[in-house]
Amino acid sequence: MSDVRIGVYVCHCGKNIGGVINPAKVAEFASRLPNVVVSRDYMYMCSSPGQALIEDDIKKYNLNRVIVAACSPRMHEPTFQAVLKRAGLNPWLLQMVNIREHVTWVHEDTPDKAEEKAEELIAAAVARAAHLYEITTEKAPVVKSALVIGGGIAGIRAALDLANAGIKVYLVEKKQSIGGKMAQLDKTFPTLDCSKCILTPLMVDVARHPNIEIYAYSEVVDVSGSAGDFKVKVKLKPTYVDWSKCTGCGLCVEKCPGRAPSEFNEGLGFRKAIYFEFAQAVPRKPVIDPRYCLWFTKGICRVCSKVCPVGAIDYEQKERYVELNVGAIVVAIGYEIYDMSKMVEYGYGKFKNVITGLQLERLSDADGPTKGKILRLSDGKEPKTVAIVLCAGSRDEKHVKYCCRFGCAAALKHVYYIKHSVPDSKVLIFYTDVRAFGKGFEEFYQKVRSWDDVYFIRGRPAEIFEDKDGSLVFDVYDSNTGQLINVKADLVVLESAVVPPKDWEPLRRLLKVSCDPGGFALELHPKLRPFETTADGIFLAGTIQGPKDIPDTVAHAAAAAAAAIGFLLKGYVESVPYLATVNEDLCSGCGLCASVCPYDAITIEEKEGRRVAKVNMIRCKGCGACAATCPSGAMQQNYFTDTQILSEVSTLAGGAK
Amino acid sequence: MSEGRFEPRVVVFACNWCSYAGIDLAGTSRIKYPHNVRIVKVMCSGRVNPEMVLKALADGADGVLITGCHPGDCHYISGNYKTMRRYFLLKKLLKQLGLEERVRLEWISASEGERWARVATDFVEHIRRLGPLRLKEVMSSE
Ligand SMILES: Cc1cc2nc3c(=O)[nH]c(=O)nc-3n(C[C@H](O)[C@H](O)[C@H](O)COP(=O)(O)OP(=O)(O)OC[C@H]3O[C@@H](n4cnc5c(N)ncnc54)[C@H](O)[C@@H]3O)c2cc1C
Ligand code: FES
Repeated sequence: MSDVRIGVYVCHCGKNIGGVINPAKVAEFASRLPNVVVSRDYMYMCSSPGQALIEDDIKKYNLNRVIVAACSPRMHEPTFQAVLKRAGLNPWLLQMVNIREHVTWVHEDTPDKAEEKAEELIAAAVARAAHLYEITTEKAPVVKSALVIGGGIAGIRAALDLANAGIKVYLVEKKQSIGGKMAQLDKTFPTLDCSKCILTPLMVDVARHPNIEIYAYSEVVDVSGSAGDFKVKVKLKPTYVDWSKCTGCGLCVEKCPGRAPSEFNEGLGFRKAIYFEFAQAVPRKPVIDPRYCLWFTKGICRVCSKVCPVGAIDYEQKERYVELNVGAIVVAIGYEIYDMSKMVEYGYGKFKNVITGLQLERLSDADGPTKGKILRLSDGKEPKTVAIVLCAGSRDEKHVKYCCRFGCAAALKHVYYIKHSVPDSKVLIFYTDVRAFGKGFEEFYQKVRSWDDVYFIRGRPAEIFEDKDGSLVFDVYDSNTGQLINVKADLVVLESAVVPPKDWEPLRRLLKVSCDPGGFALELHPKLRPFETTADGIFLAGTIQGPKDIPDTVAHAAAAAAAAIGFLLKGYVESVPYLATVNEDLCSGCGLCASVCPYDAITIEEKEGRRVAKVNMIRCKGCGACAATCPSGAMQQNYFTDTQILSEVSTLAGGAK
Repeated sequence: MSEGRFEPRVVVFACNWCSYAGIDLAGTSRIKYPHNVRIVKVMCSGRVNPEMVLKALADGADGVLITGCHPGDCHYISGNYKTMRRYFLLKKLLKQLGLEERVRLEWISASEGERWARVATDFVEHIRRLGPLRLKEVMSSE
């Protein structure tokens, strides 16, 4: 294209840009830059009249480059590219200039300098735009199957929705049963319906669904390929039980003499060395824990093997690996509760009668270690005074800065458990704020407040001490009355902070998903795209994106599944536009580019008696490492060629005037 | 602050996935930092070659900041390790030219808007202390 004809469009974004700099003046400045045919400002460039303005100008002035100075390209680049397409221009002839996030939102105090900066950025874009060229992409088919990682309520909902849409689903769960934390809860706020009664039918639906294959007691250990065509390696940990033979009769568990602390009961009570995760486990298959099994530790016993009617026990079992090929991945690995022993002042782990909210759930469950009776762990007595501490570790600079979003409502529910189990008890709730924001929460809060012998005290305990009888004593400064109060409680319940699961960090690196300051998965956009990630084809469901209660988790998971279904049913993915391209005349076939390519997308091939580099368009992900390495400039990156970048750099370095 | 104090020009290379997003986040969170920085977007910090850095200095920039994802976090697996290796080589060259102090490499993640503001402020102040480079003037007068 010899004749470069540029249109420049400066957006006010209401007062976001227009309240700091003068867009009309900036547009006027741009009109004097080389190759600029038309330059305008408008209140909201992304609105439909704003888009129409650009579309009409392209036709009227025969524009072949468009510059939009507005918000971040991460926000509206696709919007304006669509405008170019509608007007018959290749979308990669668009250049966005970020004058909102990078200018007016951060340099409000120096409006003159902000305006100068906006002008320079536009001048650099004008210089760069002259070197833009048309880019075409290729299409590749999508594998119509999905991987869901994590089988909590989020993973269950996402898997069912995907499977019901006709998509083959592989559900990988780390533990031996799906269900997640919801399976550990006794009741759910604010309605107080039984948690297992609403969860277990869904678990059974998952197990019976013809489109769902569960890999329990398994982990994702490698991910390669890309959106539409991921290759996933799953490790099946040894269970020492051949699940294909096992009928789940439970005779082995019944007869096993080995004992271990029960993880499902949060360390309260015991399970056997061969065990089901819990009674309603799905799949209902046992696992041998070699740390406690007498055969593994002492070379004796083998009772399970003797009693198993189908010969399913296999002490020699090794870990196995399967390779899955999927088009999309839904991450639903949930959360963990913060290690409360890190808050030394509360004595968790040291004092028997200081427990977490999740432990209280287990005590309250009829299937739990105390058969649903809330008792003190030190002496098995009924607690007559119970202290519940909200925000334990949450909203705390020293521990976890953010809010857990369900601790307050869980505490209200816990008041109910305690009053129900020990009606003549007194419950003291130590809070910072009571956040009853969900549907029906405020009503629930008011109801709990009205109960006899339930006291809400605004303050956090300083340090908790243990009395000789196992009771706990502490001082609290009540910030509502300004008084220091001394408390003696039989039981202390900590509504603990929540954090991402420990194995999220290695997994997120495999998936190339970023994280937020709390370590949870970073969504593509906090408001508009909360269940997608910057990695194409990878979606987020539930609390791995940030703490949520069950209703929000389920809504999030269903949305993630819908987005994944849309992605898979579209049927194809497009190659990235930012591909590497070779100028064969300049290429000497040295192969440096191939050696730095992280995707093995470059090969060196013979062509007309010469060796030249060749790029595989679907494999290339457009990082540009090859272009940066090429000694002759033969290898370039679309939309980021040396010339394009250098012209921009040169203008920014030298100034616009 | 005095009138007419030296206002450095700083060119920043930012990768699309982490650093550019982190810089955007500073904007969305209205975290202020000096106006002197000019951001050039690349898809990955591994795209930045020495020529781009030298070109910036030669054409009038007083300092150059290269930013990318934290080690292990590069969207393209290993681009930032390439950047790091290239940066140490470039530093050797810059040292011989007496320009070592003018170029820096920093890791900014997509959630580090606040850290970006600190890094930008710190680097601009550092360059302000070093004073203007005037490579462009020197080179054109020769
Ligand atoms: C004490 C307490 C009480 C609560 N009470 C209520 C209530 O009454 N009502 C309410 O709405 N909410 C309540 N909640 C919140 C509720 O627990 C969550 O909203 C819900 O469990 C979130 O579901 P999830 O699927 O996102 O995560 P999870 O339930 O954590 O499930 C994640 C699943 O992923 C698996 N997993 C983890 N890592 C991996 C990996 N690397 N690979 C494969 N699988 C993995 C886990 O084993 C687990 O099965 C309570 C929470 C607590 C702590
Ligand atoms: S994508 Fe950020 S450094 Fe590679």
